[in-house]
Amino acid sequence: MTKSEKVIKVVSYVVLTALIVVMIFPFVWMVLSSLKPFREIYRPYLFPKNPTLDNYKQIMGSSLFPNWFLNSLLVALSTTFSVLFFDSLVGYTIAKYRFPGRNIIFIFILSTLMIPTEMLIIPWYIMSSKLGWIDTYWGIMFPGMITAFGIFLMRQFMETIPDDLLDAARIDGVSEFGIFYKIALPLVKPALASLAILNFIGNWNAFLWPLIVSSKPKMYTLPVGLAYFSSENLMHWELIMTGATISTIPLIIVFLIFQKQIIRGIMLSGLKG
Amino acid sequence: MKLRHKKILTAYLFLLVPLTFFAFIRFYPMISAFYISFTDWNIISPVKHFVGLSNYVNIFKDSVFRISLLNTLKYVLYGVPSVIILSLILALLLNNITKLQGFYRLIYVMPYITPLVATSWVWRWMYQKPPTGIINNFLNFFGLPVRNFLMSTTEALPSIVTTTVWIEVGYCVIIFLAGLQSIPKEYLEAAKVDGANRRQLLFKITLPLLNPVIVFLSVMETIMFLRIFTQVYNMSDQGSGGPLNSTKPLVLYIYQKAFKSFDMGMATAATVVLFLIILGITVVQLKVLNRKIQY
Repeated sequence: MTKSEKVIKVVSYVVLTALIVVMIFPFVWMVLSSLKPFREIYRPYLFPKNPTLDNYKQIMGSSLFPNWFLNSLLVALSTTFSVLFFDSLVGYTIAKYRFPGRNIIFIFILSTLMIPTEMLIIPWYIMSSKLGWIDTYWGIMFPGMITAFGIFLMRQFMETIPDDLLDAARIDGVSEFGIFYKIALPLVKPALASLAILNFIGNWNAFLWPLIVSSKPKMYTLPVGLAYFSSENLMHWELIMTGATISTIPLIIVFLIFQKQIIRGIMLSGLKG
Repeated sequence: MKLRHKKILTAYLFLLVPLTFFAFIRFYPMISAFYISFTDWNIISPVKHFVGLSNYVNIFKDSVFRISLLNTLKYVLYGVPSVIILSLILALLLNNITKLQGFYRLIYVMPYITPLVATSWVWRWMYQKPPTGIINNFLNFFGLPVRNFLMSTTEALPSIVTTTVWIEVGYCVIIFLAGLQSIPKEYLEAAKVDGANRRQLLFKITLPLLNPVIVFLSVMETIMFLRIFTQVYNMSDQGSGGPLNSTKPLVLYIYQKAFKSFDMGMATAATVVLFLIILGITVVQLKVLNRKIQY
């Protein structure tokens, strides 16, 4: 390594480390504030003098928070399972079967990527109120049950599976669905994991549609609940920070367990271009 | 022959539910949005009257719509270059280091995956006046004047942009880093042998090869800033896009028109305008990418 290369390396480390503080500070501030009792909240120091879990007890005990948490978990998990199943089924079918209209169907699905959600929410809302989907889990979930991007991604991966393998299973008498489920799916597990994790995060964090489709506070998801709770409690920043921490904790856990899949998933999302 | 038919039938069977989904949950609502935008419907009245282009004329006559459109443009103009330049620099720096690269990458991506509502409220608090707001306390400490941030008609929008840049940098850094690492090492080695200095390596080899990624991310981020909503809703008083509409973007205008004033005609007309802008940008992207890709 030359001298100038060494200098550049050192400078890189210094700058990157300094910027870590900027990236991390809001999180640290959020968590530490959630541990402060009310009388400390307007004091400008970082660490609580008398750290307490009272804020957590108050939020989880009296308000609708536990409800919102479970709603979010249910919605994010169900939507993710549906996406995994349907996106890979469609990706597999388009990649591995020859049938009339195959290309047109694929283009039809991909073309929906161009439609911004904002254009659909009003018709979705009208549809939901006509069909009684307002304030139901199904109402919150239905727009995200199948995704065009996931289909695009799964098709890419399904194409790498050799046809001979599938034909061998056919000769052994495995049903067509069995071939998809028992042979194709396990072969694309890494792609499924990335898709799952991206979808879980996306649905856990979703705001605009859940805000529109739920009118009863009991049906709110965590982000909608947090927005509602925060605007009601503007002066109680310690409670707002506690709520924010609660909505972030599951993601930090998911983040620590699935770091690799998250990074991979983000990289795959750049595939579209 | 029999097997072939069986497979065709199976394929259609597998696609039955998903295609129904796309037809009824994506395609039909889109056409329906176009249709509503030409009617005077306000959700309460049972009949829709066809009113031609009058909703489109009315939104452009509406000063709040014009402000929202202008604000949206400001979000894009301030936000996109900041995100792209910052994350490109960060990715170049990250590419220089060998140890702990994964750790740094994870730290930078954290804001991107955190719930937007949570980060919005954390930043909203940090932007408060002293003694509550930590940023103003810092400024105070260094003898700098206190700022109004979210309370000021001129500072609120840039403050929201700052938070959004902090969030989006994580996504772009990952994509840039992937792009950088896919550049063949031989290119850089060969140029070095030819006596190219570091600046030449950067501007003559790395950046031109990275151009498709830069274009891709610029378009993705432009669309993201055009659709900005959650952070504005949560960082302005009562989700109003204030103070005095100074931060209100198009999507918030649409939300208020549809779900507060129930003027579905005008709201859907505004969504069509948003759709056309995004469509235009996507078409330009495809053209630029196709042209530049021949290296």
